[in-house]
Amino acid sequence: MKRFTDLYWRLDATTSTNEKVAALRDYFATAPHADAACALAVLSGGRQMRSVSSGLLREWAAAATGLPAWMVEECYAHVGDLAETLALLLPDPSAATDGAGASLADVMQTTIHDLRGASEERKREVVAEVWSRLAPRERIVWHKLLTGGCRVGVSRTLVARALAEVAGVDQAVMAHRLTGGSLADGEAFARLLDAAPTDADSRRPYPFFLASALDRNAVGEVAEDLGPLADWQAEWKWDGMRAQIVRRGDDATVWSRGEELVSDAFPEIAAAAARLPPGTVLDGELLAVREGTLLGFGSLSKRAGRVRVTKKILEEIPCLFVAYDQLEAGGEDLRDRPLAERRGMLERIVTTPFDSMPAGSPADAVRLFLSPLVIADSWDGLAGLRAGSRARGVEGLMLKRRNSPYRVGRTRGDWWKWKIEPLEIDAVLLYAQAGHGRRAGLHSDYTLGLWQDGRLVTVAKAYSGLSDDEIVEIDRIVRATTLEKHGPVRICRPTLVMQLAFEGVARSTRHKSGLAVRFPRIVRWRRDKEPAEAGTLADLERMIDAGR
Amino acid sequence: MRDLLELTPEGLYCPQGDFHVDPWRRVPRAVITHAHADHARAGCDRYLCSSAGKLVLRSRIGAGSPIDTLRWREPVSLNGVRVSLHPAGHLLGSAQVRIERGGLTWVVSGDYKLQADPTCDPFEHVECDVFVSESTFGLPVYRWQAPEGITAEIDTWWRANRDAGRTSVLLAYSLGKAQRLAAMVDPSIGPIMAHGAVMKLVEAYRASGVRLPPIDRVPPRARRVGDGRGLVIAPPSVLGGSWLRLFGESSVALASGWMMLRGVRRRRGFEKGFAVSDHADFPGLLTAIDASRAGRVLVTHGFSEPLARFLRETRGLDATVLPTRFTGESSPDAAEEAEGEAVDDDPEPLAEAVEADADFGIGEAS
Repeated sequence: MKRFTDLYWRLDATTSTNEKVAALRDYFATAPHADAACALAVLSGGRQMRSVSSGLLREWAAAATGLPAWMVEECYAHVGDLAETLALLLPDPSAATDGAGASLADVMQTTIHDLRGASEERKREVVAEVWSRLAPRERIVWHKLLTGGCRVGVSRTLVARALAEVAGVDQAVMAHRLTGGSLADGEAFARLLDAAPTDADSRRPYPFFLASALDRNAVGEVAEDLGPLADWQAEWKWDGMRAQIVRRGDDATVWSRGEELVSDAFPEIAAAAARLPPGTVLDGELLAVREGTLLGFGSLSKRAGRVRVTKKILEEIPCLFVAYDQLEAGGEDLRDRPLAERRGMLERIVTTPFDSMPAGSPADAVRLFLSPLVIADSWDGLAGLRAGSRARGVEGLMLKRRNSPYRVGRTRGDWWKWKIEPLEIDAVLLYAQAGHGRRAGLHSDYTLGLWQDGRLVTVAKAYSGLSDDEIVEIDRIVRATTLEKHGPVRICRPTLVMQLAFEGVARSTRHKSGLAVRFPRIVRWRRDKEPAEAGTLADLERMIDAGR
Repeated sequence: MRDLLELTPEGLYCPQGDFHVDPWRRVPRAVITHAHADHARAGCDRYLCSSAGKLVLRSRIGAGSPIDTLRWREPVSLNGVRVSLHPAGHLLGSAQVRIERGGLTWVVSGDYKLQADPTCDPFEHVECDVFVSESTFGLPVYRWQAPEGITAEIDTWWRANRDAGRTSVLLAYSLGKAQRLAAMVDPSIGPIMAHGAVMKLVEAYRASGVRLPPIDRVPPRARRVGDGRGLVIAPPSVLGGSWLRLFGESSVALASGWMMLRGVRRRRGFEKGFAVSDHADFPGLLTAIDASRAGRVLVTHGFSEPLARFLRETRGLDATVLPTRFTGESSPDAAEEAEGEAVDDDPEPLAEAVEADADFGIGEAS
């Protein structure tokens, strides 16, 4: 536990990539394999379980400190991190021991895993016992493990890099080994560090290649940046869920971009994949489509979030897979071949382009479609087609260099998403809430409103897009203009106008306005505008039609 | 019956004695708790402060207005109101103002701390009927480590940097914290240097009789300073400018109570933060308030609302919020730094002094 705590704080203390990798390398090279497996699960950001609810922890902390419950809440709102709040509030242990020398694996087992399903009294006993022996810096880490919220600022790529250095294998090999595998114990971790090549018939997907955003709207700039159109393959950018289909041996599996196995959530896709020839891996997009209409990402998440999918859900949210790349054929890794060649092979296996899908719900037999190419004879022509994206229900275009290999992660240069410009409206800040993590204690989450009959009605919650300095400044204004406080939420006198960007508008019952905007984010703070100059609900309503 | 102190647009005012305590506008007579910019504004006709704090106050308000002084606990009568000053432990000469008339006693604590500080007299508990308390760190998450522990942490950090050939830059308020840190650290580790804004107050401290280790002023217009062994004490405002580049490779740490919180440390991008403050922590506030035996407590800038509610609920005190002009709560990104930082990195000492003084009158504060 001490070793892991030290790693946590070492990672926390630095912003340097090299130092982070060094910290990870030192840890993985020296930690017992069972501990390392636990640490890796936590570091790779996999789903963690929560064995004690934060409500109970707060209640017990109030009892242990003799503070009123509201004071614990007040502190939490200020600190913005429950694990840290509790660690700071609890009395110092009589004699701080580093988890009594217990290993991370032991601590995880006895104080976390074993507590799931335990009675409340038992949980309370264990928690009180651990509190009595951990120093504050260890308590923070333990609380985070306990509540399933242990996130450290390292990407999977960094973890893969450190492990590759420890194992003495290529980083890409390590990335592949880390993909989707379950590393539940020390033995699995030991295999990870094996310098010998990995088993060929694994079910693992390939590390995903991610596109970068092309922040250009003017077609001239795009043409200048990317060169001749003939070098590029254009496709629609779907509003779906990125996935890989892996068909090897007797197996057919579906993997999400988070490298989670989602076959059970999409059984009809897994069944269709089973009909592919063995040794095939396809990259593409899961889409929810009912009676020829795209249902959008929200419906897909409903499917993905389920462990078991009922017949009813299958009927309500039918899904299909649009393939746009082939990564493996006949068991051979195709990733180093040029895209144009891979596309040619893909077209021989998946023959039905998605845009020629027959009307009605997709038949069981036809679940796999080909991502259609978007053909134009010039960049101008392509830009014209892109302008019709919203009406088509897509987010814009994907541009992929025809001679590019299938790379790993978000490598810039070969894959671009050329999204359509978002819709925008100026809205007024009405409520503010303190953020978490880096923005702890700062009011950085805003609820924005628009005018209707002389009143401001809330339409969206948004937080990204402002600089740290702006957030600090807005925090001061929020505090100075607070009219009422409801727990962590402050209702403010309307003084601030924000330019809000979003991808679409739909009718909704969730907001008072009866409208919901999709993927709202703040583009900039309009210091030049008074609240009276902000947009109206009628302006927003008109955008529903514009978006169709 | 009228209260001994009232809140007016100029600040806290004693109508019977006709004086203000820490006014934020120009008034005929200002009784000053301490010389930070949010408590001591330039331009009043006449000042009253502790003898220990006179030179520091003078360096902040400039020449011109007369400063009257009182020794600790020495009473004076201002229009029939008995006024005396008692150490507050916040920085050199910082005082609590005791005000008594007709058997009723108020104490305005100003900013205070209970922790030991080698550069000023320790906080003195003064019994009263009404206690005006700050609440900068008035949440129970704020509990300071003992000074010895923090000193050891800073020394360890400095030593490690020295051994790696990196200059240690410690950011702290020019007045109070900077001098306290210089007196805390182990000067045998390496040379101590300070920014001009800090140096000016180091001189005021020395002239007031405070013993500080040798400190070199970072020379103006230098190209490269030090050889990576030194500790540089500078105000936080040097961040973002070119001044820090003088030292080549360096490790920068902020010494502030807000460094207690990981989120604040990360947001402000400090590799290292030392939670050392010249304000009382939560247990310190409670100790001072309890020891005052006051039945009525007025809680001012900081976490005034939760602290007042806590005092009402757990102690049955008549505790309310005293709204100051700067209504904002403490914010980790603003409050403490506003305590009189008006700093430039102008190499000319004279220009620096003039600009600094000019700024003190308008600096925003909590």
